[in-house]
Order: sequence, then C-alpha cells, then structure tokens
Amino acid sequence: MPAHVPWDAETARAIIADRAGVPGALLPILHALQEEFGYIHREAELLIANALNISRAEVHGVVTFYHDFRQQPAGRHVLKLCRAESCQARGSDALAAQAEARLRVEFGHTAAENGVTLEPVYCLGLCSVSPAAMFDGKVVARLDERKLDKLLTEADR
Amino acid sequence: MSGLRIYVPGDAAAVAVGADEVALAIEAAAGRRKMAVEIVRNGSRGLHWLEPMVEVATAEGRIAYGPVEAADAEAVLEAAAHGGDHPLRLGRPEEIPFLKKQTRLTFARCGIVDPRSLEDYRAHGGYRGLEKALTLDRTAIVDEVTQSGLRGRGGAGFPTGIKWKTVADAAADQKYIVCNADEGDSGTFADRMIMEGDPFVLIEGMTIAGIAVGATQGYIYVRSEYPHAIAVLRDAIAAAYRGGMLGKRVAGSPHAFELEVRVGAGAYVCGEETALLDSIEGKRGMVRAKPPLPAHKGLFGKPTVINNVLSLATVPIILERGAAFYKDFGMGRSRGTMPIQLAGNIKYPGLYEVAFGVTLGELVEEVGGGTASGRPVRAVQVGGPLGAYFPRSLFDVPFDYEAFAKADGLIGHGGIVVFDDTVDMAKQARFAMEFCAVESCGKCTPCRVGSTRGVEVIDRIIGNENRAANTALLEDLCHTMKFGSLCALGGFTPYPVMSALTHFPEDFGAPPRLQAAE
Repeated sequence: MPAHVPWDAETARAIIADRAGVPGALLPILHALQEEFGYIHREAELLIANALNISRAEVHGVVTFYHDFRQQPAGRHVLKLCRAESCQARGSDALAAQAEARLRVEFGHTAAENGVTLEPVYCLGLCSVSPAAMFDGKVVARLDERKLDKLLTEADR
Repeated sequence: MSGLRIYVPGDAAAVAVGADEVALAIEAAAGRRKMAVEIVRNGSRGLHWLEPMVEVATAEGRIAYGPVEAADAEAVLEAAAHGGDHPLRLGRPEEIPFLKKQTRLTFARCGIVDPRSLEDYRAHGGYRGLEKALTLDRTAIVDEVTQSGLRGRGGAGFPTGIKWKTVADAAADQKYIVCNADEGDSGTFADRMIMEGDPFVLIEGMTIAGIAVGATQGYIYVRSEYPHAIAVLRDAIAAAYRGGMLGKRVAGSPHAFELEVRVGAGAYVCGEETALLDSIEGKRGMVRAKPPLPAHKGLFGKPTVINNVLSLATVPIILERGAAFYKDFGMGRSRGTMPIQLAGNIKYPGLYEVAFGVTLGELVEEVGGGTASGRPVRAVQVGGPLGAYFPRSLFDVPFDYEAFAKADGLIGHGGIVVFDDTVDMAKQARFAMEFCAVESCGKCTPCRVGSTRGVEVIDRIIGNENRAANTALLEDLCHTMKFGSLCALGGFTPYPVMSALTHFPEDFGAPPRLQAAE
C-alpha cells in the first residue's frame, strides 16, 4: 500500500501548478493528488478551479463522476473484488458474500476491525484467470474461499 | 549478461497467479547454484490455464513449463539446465495445439519479445510497417488500410480506412490520433495483453496513423484498472523517444509524432469514444451527440482518429505485408483475423487469434474444451456486458460481424464468457440492467432512467407479480432503450436482457421453450 501524506494545501498547490499547463489537465491533476494524499480534499477542488479557471462546481462534478476519486481517505487496506460477468461465472458472488460476512461490512465501506475498504470493480482484465481481485494495488486471481481468507488474514496484521 | 535465458511473463494475468514470485524463486535458485541466468519478463502467449508459463531458451528453441509455482523453481531450473524431464515440461510452446491452430497476425510477437526492448521489437520484424509507410504518400497509406478490410475491433466494426480518410481530408491546424484502451468489457483482455506484451506494435500503428492523416499528437487512454499496461506503455514510449521513433522527426523522416498515455478513472462509459474524448479533455465522461463525428470535431474540437488498440496494432502488419495478404483471411465482410478471448467457466481460457468464420461451438467446445467445472455449458455471453447470451442451440453461428447481428447479438471486442448449468439467467439479465444504471453517464433518459426501471421490472417478473404484463413491459422498455439511447451503453443493454429472456424463459418463471422449435 503506498503511504499517503496528510492533506497540505502547499503541496497540493505545487502538484496542481506542475500540471496546469497540460491540455486536459484535470484528470492528471486529480490522479496526482489522490496518489499523494489518498483522496481529494474538499479544499483541493477550489485550488484546482482557480488554477484552471473553471468553476468549483465543474471540478466537483468531475470528482464525483469517476468511481476512482475518493472524497474521504480509504482504510488501511483496499480490497477491490471483481463483480463482472466472467468472475460471476467462476463463483465471485459467493466470494463477495464471504468478504462481506468476514469483514462485517458492505461494499463501499471500511471494516471497523482491520480497516479493509471493500469495493466492487467491474473487470480487471483477468477474465481468463477468474475470479480476480486487487488487494492494495496487487492483482490476485484464481481466487477461492481459501485464498480470499488468506488475504483477509494478512490484512488483520 | 549471458547464461541461461529464462522467460517469466510479466503479464498481469500471470502476475495475478504468482509469476513475480516464480521469477524471484528462479533467481534465488540460480544464485544458490551459482548459475548465470537472464530473466526476461515477456508478455503472455495467451495459454492462460498454463500460467505462470515459464520458457527456457535452448538450442532446440524455447521449451515451456507450466503452470509453475515458486516451489517448482528449483526442479524446473534443474530440468532446464540439464535437459532432464519434468512433470510440468510442455515442450515447444508453438507445438501446443491451442497455439499451433491459431493465425497470429496482430499477436505475432506477443509473449515472444521483451516488451520493453526496442531492439528486440526490431529483431522480430518490428517497424517494417512504418518503413513501408514512409515510402508511400498519405493517400496510399489510407488506401492500403481501406483495402485490407480492417474494421474497428473495439466493437462497432466500422471500416478503419474510411475513418482515416475522413480525418485525412479534413483541413485543420491540429489533428489527433486517440487510442481507445478503455477495455472495460468483462471477458476481454486482448488490449491489455498487447499493451503488456508488445506495446511497440501499438506505438508503430499510431505513428503510421498520424503520418497518414497528418496528425502530430497521439494519446493512449488506458483504464486505471490496468496498472501493468500503463507502466509497460510508458517505458516503451520512453524507449521509442530515445530511439528516435517518436518526436520531431520520426525515424529521421520529416514527420513529427508525439505520444502520451492518459489514465482513466474507473468509468465504464469512457470506453464510448465521445465520452472518452471528454474525459481526456478533463471533463465528466459524458457521451456527445453525433454529428459532428469525432473525425470532424473530435478531441479539443479538432479532427480526430479514434481507434481501438487492436485496430491500431493490426496496422503495421497490413502495411508490411500488404492489404491483400490481410484481406485473404476471413469471411464475407469480416476480413482478417480476430483475437478472440475465452473466459469465464472454460477449461482452456486464453487468447485465440483466428480468421473470422470459426463457429461459436468450435471456440467453446473444441478450442476451449467446455467448462472448467466439468458441468454442461448452458450459456455464453459474447461481446462483453452489452453482448447477447447464446444458448447451445446457436453454437453454429460463425464468428462474423453480420452473422452475429443476424442472430441478435454482437461480436463486440471478441470476448466470450462461458457459464455452466448453475447460472440463473434472470439474475444475469437483472445484472445487465443494474450495471447500466451504475455506469450510465446520465445524459439521455432511456439509459439513465430505463436501466433503473429495468431492474425493477425484472424484480417483479422474478417475484411473479403480473408476470405476463411485466414481461411485455420489459420488452417494450428494451425497445425504447435500444432505439432511443445516445450510445451503445443504453442501446445495447437490451441485448443481454432480451437474449436471456428469449432463450432462457424458464429462468424467468415461464415454461421452457421446446428445443425442437429452434
């Protein structure tokens, strides 16, 4: 898991200024901010709007349109479980239920006990080795009950 | 460094089943034996049930072993070094029937070369297409692509040459080449494999496109779910710049071509070409009304060629070998080869590139070996989440754009997802509507509202609430979505829904259709 730094407007300003001149700068800026801080702080929207000379509403609209951008930090770990057709055909629905039960949390939320954020993902392009998931940015496939359990046990530590 | 050359795929599918650990284990085992080895992280050959598939370079060609686990490293290394036998030894990969029966044109180098090495790309025939293109005038390049019969591999199947000609004929101070690498369809991974296994072929294809239409800037829009592809592409682009194959003077010619990777942010609809352009521009990925076509007013309002990864990656071989060579493969109006992706519950999953015309049944039963679970095949979804579900009774349909359209389906991006007899088709139909509701950009009403209403109506049918009336309502809703939506998301969601309802009515509580009637 990449370590994120706490929100800091000065750092954010520098990140934004570095990329503001690029054509279509908004997505590259948002990706860079999220990589640094782990989420898009509310204040960042205003800084971006000023730098790109667009309205804050436009920035907010983009932040909320894309599934990737977070408005709050994620937990200590992020488990993205593929819920799309190919993985369904190999039993991903049962794995999803297993993850929810074990973490005692629904998709889109963070488990209180071990700080795992459970998220759906619609295809990782690993359909030939389904079911697949991404755990803290690392791809894992041919998942089964035992392998998923092992992943979640690692997260407990 | 010399020594034993060992290939361990760096392809995400191989990595997801332990290829990184295998590479480390081989290195460690070699270290303990004081053996000199050179590990190459190649792409995948596409025989995914054998991944991680390790290959060792020998005097008799490469010898494959698979599926290899980290614990096998020591024994495999021993067998490789001394020619001994090993239970995982597969022999020469080219002789494995799954690979031997293919016609690899687009994927000719994937899994063979070091994807980050420009030298290796050249050593395997790379940049011969560009070399040829530089001897032709612009019109002749476009003509070659048109003559080849190449159609958009992203799903729409629009003739690539016609698109290029429109942009070539447009007058503008700036034009763009955009590669759609937002491969979001479940069951598809061919774009990812090319980007991770042979990225230079895509770079070369885009460069040829730029020269042909007079565009000097290219963008590859890759989905964020593909971090491995993004990393390999960025390295390959940097290598191409260093080698003088991108930049102000491509290969020493007067042509300039700049190329950059842009990363998506988890919106399925951005695979739709106009939504993708909005996304690169830094906006919400909203679908645009057409006309104007992107070829006239595309990225930043300028004439833009937007093609799928596979279309662009097929251009170099068409230029190198000529339109007639490529056109010779295929059937009807579907010319050339299609990299088909076998996924889901299938015994031999992977990438199978073959000339158009092979039947669905051959692909699923013979090539794919039926289900992985050993249970009977019940349904296959072709063409991603917006593609139709086919029952076994339609397995004689040949892989061809027109034949699939006639069977109320689409080949889309060539993904085939197999389901066994435990599948609940009403649940799959519901999922199709639910997915559309989650991913709709919200611009047009049939898609935005229709998908949510669709989930509700299917729930009522499943719950046996006015079943006949609600089934008629669902059919009517699908009709509205199909003909009233702005793009393929709302327009094609009816395919999985209606095909499930038509071919598997018993899952919706209706009496099963008589098999004899089909």
